[in-house]
Amino acid sequence: MSDEKSGIDPKLLEILVCPLTKGPLTYDRDAQELVSEKAQLAYPIRDGIPIMLVDEARQLDAAS
Amino acid sequence: MTNDITLFDRQTVRRHRDRAASTFADHDFLHREIADQLADRLHDVKRTFSTALDIGGGHGTTTLHPAPDTLVTADLSGNLLRQMPGGLRVSADEEFLPFGENTFDLVASTLSLHWVNDLPGALVQIRRALKPDGLFLAAMLGGDTLIELRRAFLEAEAETTGGTSPHTSPVADVADTGALLQRAGFALPVIDTDTITVTYSDMFALMRELRGMGEANAVAARSRAGLRRDTLFAAAARYQELYADDDGRIPATFQIIWMTGWAPHETQQQPLRPGSGTTRLADALDAEEQATGDKASPKR
Repeated sequence: MSDEKSGIDPKLLEILVCPLTKGPLTYDRDAQELVSEKAQLAYPIRDGIPIMLVDEARQLDAAS
Repeated sequence: MTNDITLFDRQTVRRHRDRAASTFADHDFLHREIADQLADRLHDVKRTFSTALDIGGGHGTTTLHPAPDTLVTADLSGNLLRQMPGGLRVSADEEFLPFGENTFDLVASTLSLHWVNDLPGALVQIRRALKPDGLFLAAMLGGDTLIELRRAFLEAEAETTGGTSPHTSPVADVADTGALLQRAGFALPVIDTDTITVTYSDMFALMRELRGMGEANAVAARSRAGLRRDTLFAAAARYQELYADDDGRIPATFQIIWMTGWAPHETQQQPLRPGSGTTRLADALDAEEQATGDKASPKR
């Protein structure tokens, strides 16, 4: 099991892509989110489980 | 995301699975049975898989021997995943898989793909997520599932309301599934089916079980008003009348469609080019060859 800080198993980071665009994801450790620049969506990680569902993702602000 | 041919309400599917999570273990006999069969089938393949994905495996009944180095469990339901003791878990939608290409040696699925609206799309994504020569092996519920329940409801509803609304989910057809696998680009596709019959004391016990395994109706077109009480009781009575055995127990049919396919690879058996044959069929059969169009003269 991964500890609280690291949040997500690095093996998952290797294989996960954005479900919508199949593009790469960036891991935001502080926010515990996986960010898809292309889709402008941030997928939350809860209890070490990435929630790769579009309707659970946070829409990124146009500014950021 | 709008889609005018949406058959299943995916959020409802997720809610059903989420709700079933805490008591799922009390109703997982079917999943256990299928998971056992899946393990047997994999054993027969005589191959070791180092990286595997289990789609819809949040119920935790899938066990693979020998265990792959990396096993990722994906499920629509976060609640089901949280109940698992650990491991690599991802909440994912079968219709929008979040995995890169050429990632897995094996993609397995126990009883979840029948809830997918876009099965062809899901299959294509699965094939892409496989490495060349990777195996896809899945079981889903087929079209003959719960035929008794469907008939009982259909007849009861016509009787009490004069119309019908879908109460059970439509399920995939065996003949279509083979074509889908092929269209999704799988090599050596194989489909086979199996029927499991379970008996219950009455229709209400069956419906409790279905809810318990998160398999309650999730058809987008179902009546929002829910079931009328008189319809429900009429259906239960009809079910009993039509199907009850001598002890008064009722059967429920679960049809399982097994799908097997491989991500294409050059080492697999390939069809030869037409016209590339070097042996005459007539020689192999030790028969006399007839030119096309000639009628074989009947022997007297």
